[in-house]
Amino acid sequence: MKALQRSVVLTVVLVVLCGVLYPLAGWGVSQAAFSHQADGSLAANGSVLIGQPWSSAEGINPRWFNGRPDADNPLGLNAPSGTLNDAAGLGLQAGSSGAANLGPRSTVLVGSVERYLAAWRKVGVEDPTPDLVTTSASGIDPDLAPADAYVQVAMVAKARHLAPAVLDRLVASQVHGAQFGFLGAPYVNVLELNEALARLAH
Amino acid sequence: MPFTLTLVALLVCLALCWRFLGAYLVGVYDGSVHFLNVVERPVYRLLGTDPEAEQSWQRYASSLVVFSGVTLAVTYVVLVLQGHLPLNPQHLGDVNPALAFNTAVSFLTNTNWQNYGGETTMSYFSQVGVLELQQFISAAVGLAVAIAVIRGFARKEQQTIGNFWVDMVRGTIYVLVPFSFLLGVVFVAQGAVDTFSGPVTIHNALTGVSQVIALGPVGFMEAIKQFGTNGGGFFNANSAHPFENPTGLTNFSSIVALLAIPVALTYVFGKMVGALRQGVAVLAVMAVLMGALVGVGTIAESHANPAVVHGGVTATIQGNTEGKETRFGAPTSALTGVSCTVTSTGCANSAYDSYTPMGGFSLLAGMMLGEVSPGGVGSGTYTILLFAIIAVFIGGLMIGRTPEYLGKKIQAREVKLAGIGVLVMPIAVLVLTALAVSLHAGRVATGNAGPHGFSEILYAFTSQGNNNGSAFGGLNGTGDFYQVTGAIAMLVGRFGVIIPALALGGSLAAKKVVPTGLGTFRTDTTMFVGLLTGVVVIVGGLTFFPAAALGPIVEQLSHGKFW
Repeated sequence: MKALQRSVVLTVVLVVLCGVLYPLAGWGVSQAAFSHQADGSLAANGSVLIGQPWSSAEGINPRWFNGRPDADNPLGLNAPSGTLNDAAGLGLQAGSSGAANLGPRSTVLVGSVERYLAAWRKVGVEDPTPDLVTTSASGIDPDLAPADAYVQVAMVAKARHLAPAVLDRLVASQVHGAQFGFLGAPYVNVLELNEALARLAH
Repeated sequence: MPFTLTLVALLVCLALCWRFLGAYLVGVYDGSVHFLNVVERPVYRLLGTDPEAEQSWQRYASSLVVFSGVTLAVTYVVLVLQGHLPLNPQHLGDVNPALAFNTAVSFLTNTNWQNYGGETTMSYFSQVGVLELQQFISAAVGLAVAIAVIRGFARKEQQTIGNFWVDMVRGTIYVLVPFSFLLGVVFVAQGAVDTFSGPVTIHNALTGVSQVIALGPVGFMEAIKQFGTNGGGFFNANSAHPFENPTGLTNFSSIVALLAIPVALTYVFGKMVGALRQGVAVLAVMAVLMGALVGVGTIAESHANPAVVHGGVTATIQGNTEGKETRFGAPTSALTGVSCTVTSTGCANSAYDSYTPMGGFSLLAGMMLGEVSPGGVGSGTYTILLFAIIAVFIGGLMIGRTPEYLGKKIQAREVKLAGIGVLVMPIAVLVLTALAVSLHAGRVATGNAGPHGFSEILYAFTSQGNNNGSAFGGLNGTGDFYQVTGAIAMLVGRFGVIIPALALGGSLAAKKVVPTGLGTFRTDTTMFVGLLTGVVVIVGGLTFFPAAALGPIVEQLSHGKFW
């Protein structure tokens, strides 16, 4: 009986400390010191941290650098059926997140790789990198590896009548190295890259 | 090269945690750290407990069980009523009873298995009010049990192993809350969101497309999610989500945070039993096992995905990119994956279901070895000490002497308790896996065909039985079958180990210490490290090899075959 009474008291104490004070203090610090990040790093055209759709259900839009294929970014396909990306049925999916979860010897995965590959070849990208035919873990990957962006340069250059060398320089200027030189991998943020492209084209 | 630097930086950070966090933990639990007396004293008065009064192992265990029952009930009730509670800007409905029960058990047991997508199921109130609360509580319980068991090893001829209430309060206020808070600041500064506002709609003027973006009080939940080796993410994508784990730095901090307490506890063990070398020996076993798994995982994931090659992609330099985030890259994703699965942390920054067969096996193996390399907060420590008892027993059999560990005679009772603690997990995992593959309800939930589908089921029960919580995400666990069997696996895997471990602690505390003699089998030598590593590998290997052979191993060997 004593143990039950103590359990209730300790639960109440911990609810107050860990369930109320801790999150409120964290929220307070976040909003006071890092309100931009805490609200989602939102910029004029979206969030640099959430993948933006550049392609549509009709296919890859060659006027932009396209992000990795996802439910958000279908490259002319819908997400493979049964994947988590469809679970919420929210339409554009940054409201819900998740991976395709297809195994390394899945015929469904082979099929989706083949179709993404065909979608890239249709817009003139003959040898897309593995990133460009595979889905990410979040389903809303906001980034590309530098190689993924360079391989799209010819496509964008042709669609916009720009010199490929200019776009190569544009991509190079947008590459973020690994953090502190060694944490994670080098990447290009697709939204930032396309905003820079829009400024260049303008 | 950058990846090598990541490993070096990780080792340096962990060495510092071992030495300094370890020393701090010793002080917290022996009472010499007491700068928060003003908070502590009133809490003890409310609890009606004398901080100096200690409990027998039976009292300690029964306090723990009753307390767990109360927090389980609170969590369940909040989840099933969340539609009527505040902080629910998306107007999400009540959680259905089966899912609420599974989730409450999952967070209670430090598992954090999630049969739901966070942003589309759980209100902000549920996320911070009870799930985040359980992330603190389950870590504090794990720590408390580890300390109580270590006290058992350290004490002689005593009937008590500490005071559960005091250990819970001290672990929470001195360790979990302050360090999590600091880590939370890092996460938010790097880009993790932390707001109580609802989802926002963003219009992209360049493409003319609008997008709904889910937000929430994420950043500070992230901190305890990692530091408490919980792993239950706010979003469905968990640590792959850019709002949960935005940068290389947050990812690296996560790895350090998950390993910090489990590694530091080996220092605590050495210090408390009065011979640091004993702690180092245990740490060495953990390091050998984890090092091997990291090696297998990162090498496997640096290879191309067979399905991508088969689909006609010629470039392979990026490794297995399916289900991985660009900002982390394949090797770092695999390092994070292994770090999570060996610490009983259910978070994932990549989709484990899409790992290559051997990559997936490296994740499974970390759990199959009993989550001791280094294991979850507290749980890794008490579990490896059970294995240590088995190891000295086997050593004793080989040289024909009564086994001893740290001067205590290891007798039938101790070996039985250690045996129960070590075997309860594999029994639960294998029986439930067998049941699942025998029943339609079990088989129909798989997301992939062929041996990979079997791996999904095996992974699910291995993860829940070891209180890990990660998943081969293609498995649909939302049916009643998986909700119930999963909860059983999690409860057995948690309390079925905690209770024998506490009993062992109580039994050892009461023993006399025999002086070390010439015939004593030393447990602080390379020989013992080898023996203990061997015991862990052989117990895990013998138990799980047949099952693994039907899943990842056959998949690895099936060149060119697709299902």
